[in-house]
Amino acid sequence: MANSTTEKSKAVPAAPVTMMSVLAPAIGWLIPGAGHMIQKRWIRGALLFISIVSLFLIGLAMQGRIYKANGGDILDILGFVGDVGAGALYILTMAMDWGQGAIAFATADYGTKFMIVAGLLNFIAVADAYHIAIGKKQ
Amino acid sequence: MLITLRSGRSSEADLRRRTSDLSETLYVETEAVTITLNHFSAAFVFALFASIVFGITHKDTARDMVRYGLYCFALFLGGVLVAGWAMWVLKR
Repeated sequence: MANSTTEKSKAVPAAPVTMMSVLAPAIGWLIPGAGHMIQKRWIRGALLFISIVSLFLIGLAMQGRIYKANGGDILDILGFVGDVGAGALYILTMAMDWGQGAIAFATADYGTKFMIVAGLLNFIAVADAYHIAIGKKQ
Repeated sequence: MLITLRSGRSSEADLRRRTSDLSETLYVETEAVTITLNHFSAAFVFALFASIVFGITHKDTARDMVRYGLYCFALFLGGVLVAGWAMWVLKR
């Protein structure tokens, strides 16, 4: 039993650390879809960019609220983790002091969720860019 | 225009105040772009963009990506409709 586990762990080769395997996720986090674009997956990158940026901006336009790193309520921390996934969009929103207003109507809360989901979708896109960079995916 | 004190030298505090007044005068408040979506429109937008990302990131070939994206989109909107009707039935 222990031997088979050891054999299995030996069978999985470690992912090679290349320049692209570091650069693609980093740029992909900062600019949604850019991690695919620098690996010449232009259409995928463009679609990811349009989808994630649109979702984030529509959420902002719906008067959604942006979460800050306050370390208080656990739901606020989770909201912050989601928001920060949007990379440069989150940084820009914080710098311009957008998304700070009180939620005025029911669907504005959807806007808050849109922004969190945009960040979480970007995390998935970053992981995908990494998998492409290490050759796990075409 | 510089503000001069009795001694004839400009006050830094007054200069700052005047500069601040000027910037307030020149500041044009812009209307923020706001969008108001109803519940179904919000669900549609969410389903559309989430499905695109899911399709691209979860499958390898273009054909599989499109198929999986459409599958996710149908499940998202189908789930919304089923949940909506379920709540309508529960409310009666």
